[in-house]
Amino acid sequence: MQKGTSMLTPDIILQTVISGILMGCIYALVAVGLCLIWGLMEIVNFAHGEMLMLAMFTSFWAFALYHIDPLLSLPLCMIILFLIGVAVYFIVIRKLLKATFLAQILATFGLGIFLRYLAQFMWSPDFRVIKNPILSGNIGIGGIFVGIPQLVASICCIITFVLLYWFINKTEVGFALLATSEDREAANLMGINSHKMFALGWGIGAACLGVAGALMSNFYYIFPEVGFSFSLIAYVAVALGGFGSIPGSFIAGIIIGVVEFVTGLLIAPAFKYAFVFIIYLLVVFIRPQGLWGRY
Amino acid sequence: MGGKSKNWIWLVVVFIILMIYPIIFTKPFPRHLLIMIFLYGSMGLAWNIIGGYAGQISLGHAIFFGTGAYTSTLMLMKLGISPWLGMLAGGAVSIGIAFIIGYPCFKLAGHYFAIATIAIGEIAMVCMLNWDWAGSAVGLTLPILPEGFINMEFHTTKAPYYYIAFGFLIVAVLITYGVDRSKLGYYFKAIKGDLDGARSLGINTGRYKFYALALSAFLTSICGSFYAQYVLFIDPDSTFPLILSIILCLVATLGGVGTVWGPVIGAAILIPISEFTRIQFGGGGKGTDLIIYGFLIMIISIYQPFGVIGLAKRFKKKESP
Repeated sequence: MQKGTSMLTPDIILQTVISGILMGCIYALVAVGLCLIWGLMEIVNFAHGEMLMLAMFTSFWAFALYHIDPLLSLPLCMIILFLIGVAVYFIVIRKLLKATFLAQILATFGLGIFLRYLAQFMWSPDFRVIKNPILSGNIGIGGIFVGIPQLVASICCIITFVLLYWFINKTEVGFALLATSEDREAANLMGINSHKMFALGWGIGAACLGVAGALMSNFYYIFPEVGFSFSLIAYVAVALGGFGSIPGSFIAGIIIGVVEFVTGLLIAPAFKYAFVFIIYLLVVFIRPQGLWGRY
Repeated sequence: MGGKSKNWIWLVVVFIILMIYPIIFTKPFPRHLLIMIFLYGSMGLAWNIIGGYAGQISLGHAIFFGTGAYTSTLMLMKLGISPWLGMLAGGAVSIGIAFIIGYPCFKLAGHYFAIATIAIGEIAMVCMLNWDWAGSAVGLTLPILPEGFINMEFHTTKAPYYYIAFGFLIVAVLITYGVDRSKLGYYFKAIKGDLDGARSLGINTGRYKFYALALSAFLTSICGSFYAQYVLFIDPDSTFPLILSIILCLVATLGGVGTVWGPVIGAAILIPISEFTRIQFGGGGKGTDLIIYGFLIMIISIYQPFGVIGLAKRFKKKESP
């Protein structure tokens, strides 16, 4: 990525765009959990990145202590994160349902700080990597090289995404979730327990992070503050796609990935996140409700 | 009327206690603690004008703090201009930035506004980290100048800083009080309560939101300049971080959003907690203080969403039905 502009060939640009798309799929999966929670109960989870960090550490410890490869510990990671999500709902969020927007922001932000420094306290702020996972190395197709972990991660993300979409739009429980997000009171009258639905929403949102975290632990540094940049990107992806729109946040995730990689190549790696935020601002200034927003 | 004159007596008593406080407590720490309370109280009040009265939740107020700190410091270091003038210049730059931010962002509602301000704050952070002329990530160490009021540097005692910060707090309280009682304050509250209603009554909502943000930015920026002169070292991580914006929001929320005394009370509660946990548990780089801090933020927001003032009001209502 540090190649100068003199080396700019179509191959390198294509390579960068593809890397951006692969990363974008992961951003999309991180964002969709946030999006689901927002759509359901209009709360922005400012501890989202920290939950992703917990997922990555789950995967790391499964590897370090029991030698389970991240690919195999993925279901475990999903289940643990699901439980964390449900627990967070019952311990923290349930008390905030009728609170002000400000209280919701601060409470979830406080939760994020708590989790981040708890992780630092227990596991030290060191950067860790998983050595020699099953998924490693590169694959080359016509001069374009793609990291296998990244490729598998993005494919798994797309699969998860499709499953989630199917679950929400085609199953009975999904209908109940949709109904609760449309109108909580009416759903209650129809015999849907909205607390159960909210808890389920938090569980599923966190389980998405479990998948993303397990896949990312193959090729990303694992450290307590890893969540911070991801949570910012996730908020931006959700707001860019439009709060509450699941396909919107998917496409926004990919846009962000591409923008990040391409500006990192063409302009300067140090400014890549700044450009992501600038693109976001430009979009919301033109379309204040985001690309596919309902409101 | 009896209640009102009683309040005045209390204010005068508190004022006198705070005036003689540095004479009683001569050690640096008690003074530092109060200086921090004054500083965060003033910034909480500043945030309160846009976030509390006008209801626009800004999570990017660190930009104004950083702008103030950097403008006065750079003017001092590169041009040798007194920090007092630099402070005003920083305020002016912040108002300019407030305009640039406000013009597009005020079209956004609720969460979109909050996240846009986070995004802008992060853009500013990235720019400052890479701006070599302004010290980039290394930061700026202020030159040690002869002690004195004009240089706003005092090396032997913290007492002058104490009185300057106290003065800022009083000014911030008076400005908030003025806003609270004036037409401006009613416009702000109308915008917060019902944007479309306010618009239909002929309030130019965009303009009044900008007034609120500009006033808020100016006050925050002044605090930033003061901070630079007090600590004598600034870097992007200490002057532009998201957590600073969140703390300002928290200070106001803890005391009571949209009230004159709320942010002051909030700062008086939160800052001692954060300073003491930092001293008790901050050693060893394990971040134990921040675990406690995060936990407290969470608990306070869950159980006290309307702040101490809201709690007091509820208590009063129960007593006299």
